[in-house]
Amino acid sequence: MIETLLATLTDYFVTPFSDYGFMRRALAACLAISASAAPLGLFLMMRRMTLMGDAMSHAILPGVSLAFVVAGVSLWHMTFGGLIAGLLIAMIAGAISRYTPLKEDASFTGIYIIALALGVMMITARGSAIDLMHMLFGNVLAVDAPSLFLITGVASISVMTLAVIYRGLVMECCDPVFLMSVKGRGGLYHQIFLMLVVLNLVAAFQVLGTLMALGLMILPAISARFWVERLDSMLCLSVVLAIVASCIGLLLSYHVNVPSGPSIVLVAGGVYVLSLMIGRQGSILARYFPRKHYNLKETT
Amino acid sequence: MRHALKTAPKVVDGSEAGQPVHPDFQHAQVKSLLTEATMRAERVEAVQFENLTLSYDRKPAVHHLSGAFEAGSLTAITGPNGAGKSTLLKAISGILYPDEGHIHFAGNVQPVGYLPQTAEIQRDIPMTALELVASGFWYGSGSFGGISAKMRGEAQKALASVGLAGFETCDLLSLSVGQFQRLLFARLAVQNAQLILLDEPFAAVDAQTTERLLELIHVWHAEGRTIICVLHDLEMIAREFPQCLLMARERIAWGASEEVLRPENLATAGHFHAAWTGHVEVCEQ
Repeated sequence: MIETLLATLTDYFVTPFSDYGFMRRALAACLAISASAAPLGLFLMMRRMTLMGDAMSHAILPGVSLAFVVAGVSLWHMTFGGLIAGLLIAMIAGAISRYTPLKEDASFTGIYIIALALGVMMITARGSAIDLMHMLFGNVLAVDAPSLFLITGVASISVMTLAVIYRGLVMECCDPVFLMSVKGRGGLYHQIFLMLVVLNLVAAFQVLGTLMALGLMILPAISARFWVERLDSMLCLSVVLAIVASCIGLLLSYHVNVPSGPSIVLVAGGVYVLSLMIGRQGSILARYFPRKHYNLKETT
Repeated sequence: MRHALKTAPKVVDGSEAGQPVHPDFQHAQVKSLLTEATMRAERVEAVQFENLTLSYDRKPAVHHLSGAFEAGSLTAITGPNGAGKSTLLKAISGILYPDEGHIHFAGNVQPVGYLPQTAEIQRDIPMTALELVASGFWYGSGSFGGISAKMRGEAQKALASVGLAGFETCDLLSLSVGQFQRLLFARLAVQNAQLILLDEPFAAVDAQTTERLLELIHVWHAEGRTIICVLHDLEMIAREFPQCLLMARERIAWGASEEVLRPENLATAGHFHAAWTGHVEVCEQ
């Protein structure tokens, strides 16, 4: 009885990864992306820039498309193209919002919508509808050894860089005027952070697609907010949630035979909805069934 | 009258003018002189303005201001709304760049400790009170340096000195406005800046807290630090601040508080018009 149960569980949860190389590579890629992207999502949330992150993920498309038009389906060309386009647009939009009266949302939206139109036009002029689908929603089968190296490399660089600028970035989120008055380089931290976001979006686009890449960044981060209070616990929890969503999402896409990008993002979305409803901090449950307040005489 | 005061060449000093001197002033002045005497024989200017003009969109908020804050002085800046008081503090803290003229600093006053009027702090960032106070160690730690046990102890002491002992692990959001202002004072304390700029620090703060923060300011003053504080409460200025700068875009009077706060000076400041209307000539001054 127990043996058959174990065998069934193994069939469902282990065999897909042990039998198929592409599943293992996809899993490794997703784990790497989870570890580096989820903390960035937390900062996007704190900076109130989640919509800007969305805009940036779309902005990568024209670079990828241009590389595709010039060199065909080539990992390095497409990655490089996406990177250049994303960084360029992040820098231009960042500069516009910093040095002109236009706020971040307005400047980003203005630029990304142009970029998206340009990207879709370039692909459809040269490629097929399938090419466009893969660019927008990802293709797990495309993750080969070189692209796995690329993804893990980006993840490592991003985690280390975030560790170095972490305190500066928190202060830039919380109290930029103070940072200016102590000659802290808030603008620099902000730019580095935007570059990390672009790097991660480009790395994730192969597995998740340019339209879905942001999902693994934002959803675990905003879910974590409903469970814990401290920033460090939020960082850890968001990574754990992203990893859980990746594993379940990949298995789901294997067993039900659906594209992996949307299935991972949907699982992460399920975690978010669950957190929204029953989380400990400010969820719907906490709102209608608040925990009893403290008795001050006992605590002081 | 206004012209004469504006072109008065030297900062008027209470003791030099032979006016009755506020006891606090005397006490602190002696102390700061003593600290300075160990470093330098003569008095030095901590911050000096030379024909300083600061403007927003070409419209000057501070117009051709010259003068100096002496090292170890405790000065209140007052004047009507829109007179350029906060703008001046922003320029001293290095957030705003001068349109014209210069700000000279004595060698030991940088970096400055700056408490803005409505601190633009996003309080929903998950950060504790102690962490915010510890951010005052930025010069020692930077972005990547560690916070030592000694720094942690100092931050805790600073919290206790503003009456917030026990609030170490509190969320920024759970503090009241007055408590938060005290928290910012604690951060100023650990910053250990020789030049401290306070922009209306007692707005929305109760009387008891105000007393407590004033005490802290006097302690800093006695330690020989230079303190510049924007205030509207003239009684408090006369009572607590030996020096005063009265401004309305331009300097109206600067010197010992009881000299500066004379009715004729206040009347001059009262005639100030903050708005720019009609055709404006380019300033040739």
